[in-house]
Amino acid sequence: MSQENQIMKDWPLWEVFVRSKQGIEHKHCGSLHAADAQQAIRMARDVYTRRQEGVSIWVIASAAITASDPEDKDTLFEPAKDKVYRHPSFFVIPDEVGHM
Amino acid sequence: MSEVAQDVVTEYGLHLADTALILGQRNAEWCGHGPILEEDLALANQALDLIGQARLLYQHVSNLRADGSTEDSLAYFRNAQAFRNYTLVELPHSTALAPTARGDRDYAVTIVRNFLYSALMVLLWQALQSSHDAQLAAIASKSLKEAKYHLAHASDWLIRFGDGTEVSHDKAQAAIDHLIPYTQEFWSESPMVADAHKRLRVADMATLKPPWDATVQSVLQAAGLRFSPASGHVPEGKHGVHSEHLGFVLTDMQSLAREHPGAQW
Repeated sequence: MSQENQIMKDWPLWEVFVRSKQGIEHKHCGSLHAADAQQAIRMARDVYTRRQEGVSIWVIASAAITASDPEDKDTLFEPAKDKVYRHPSFFVIPDEVGHM
Repeated sequence: MSEVAQDVVTEYGLHLADTALILGQRNAEWCGHGPILEEDLALANQALDLIGQARLLYQHVSNLRADGSTEDSLAYFRNAQAFRNYTLVELPHSTALAPTARGDRDYAVTIVRNFLYSALMVLLWQALQSSHDAQLAAIASKSLKEAKYHLAHASDWLIRFGDGTEVSHDKAQAAIDHLIPYTQEFWSESPMVADAHKRLRVADMATLKPPWDATVQSVLQAAGLRFSPASGHVPEGKHGVHSEHLGFVLTDMQSLAREHPGAQW
């Protein structure tokens, strides 16, 4: 196990995005360790597309992602809570338009 | 298929099926023991690809024979002498001279063997795609896609090993030196193979050697590894003369089916 931990230390983490056959966008499905981007793609194929989940894979170094701070959650997202008028739910859709 | 003598093709089909099955069984030994989780899954995937190929081939052979044999009877109820796999695929994952099945597995041996075998199968499945046996041609075109992935996977690792640390380089070189002699069996004379190829209207095995050499040498060169021309004893696994290792593989693989003959699951 200690050897494995060493590998995990040496190899960077990658975030994996897979586009399904019907999907328009790539969706985040998990992460894995790999020595470089090409290897990450190959491993993602074996780990995340074994059950025909996808037709295209993206990987990105986890370190390249800048994330919002969970501590800022209230400041960032709370203010949107009482602004229901930002949803387009107050418009009456004419019958001819059908489902939208 | 009527113009093709069936006994020749069934024997050859068993040779293809047995080789895929035994390598699949060998590679499945890594399941739960892979060097890292991602490789564990990759190897298990490939083992299942190979066992899937073997199943299709066994089904085809038993249909041709029409003697009541099934994929299970062919896989589980034949003894070592009846197996027609290359000796290469029955060897343990180790370079030691007399390893046991329980010995430490060496991932370099696993990768080098997969590399040498899939480099052959990419070429052979390509050739068999146009064989005069339509069922075999269909199996070939399905298997070709899998073999191409196996070759890409093994080549990728081999280059990383050769070009990695001193330890990984030396282990990869030792695996190559150990396994290359066994590849002589790919090309050694065999009336069974030659006759089947002739009847299937597929080019002789000898025509695959130059492109196989080219693939192997170009990857080894990229990896900074030495290609030692094969020499010495030529194994005869495809004619049923096996190393002592096959018996252990079969015991492992067949014990459950033999303990409960006819069991369904």
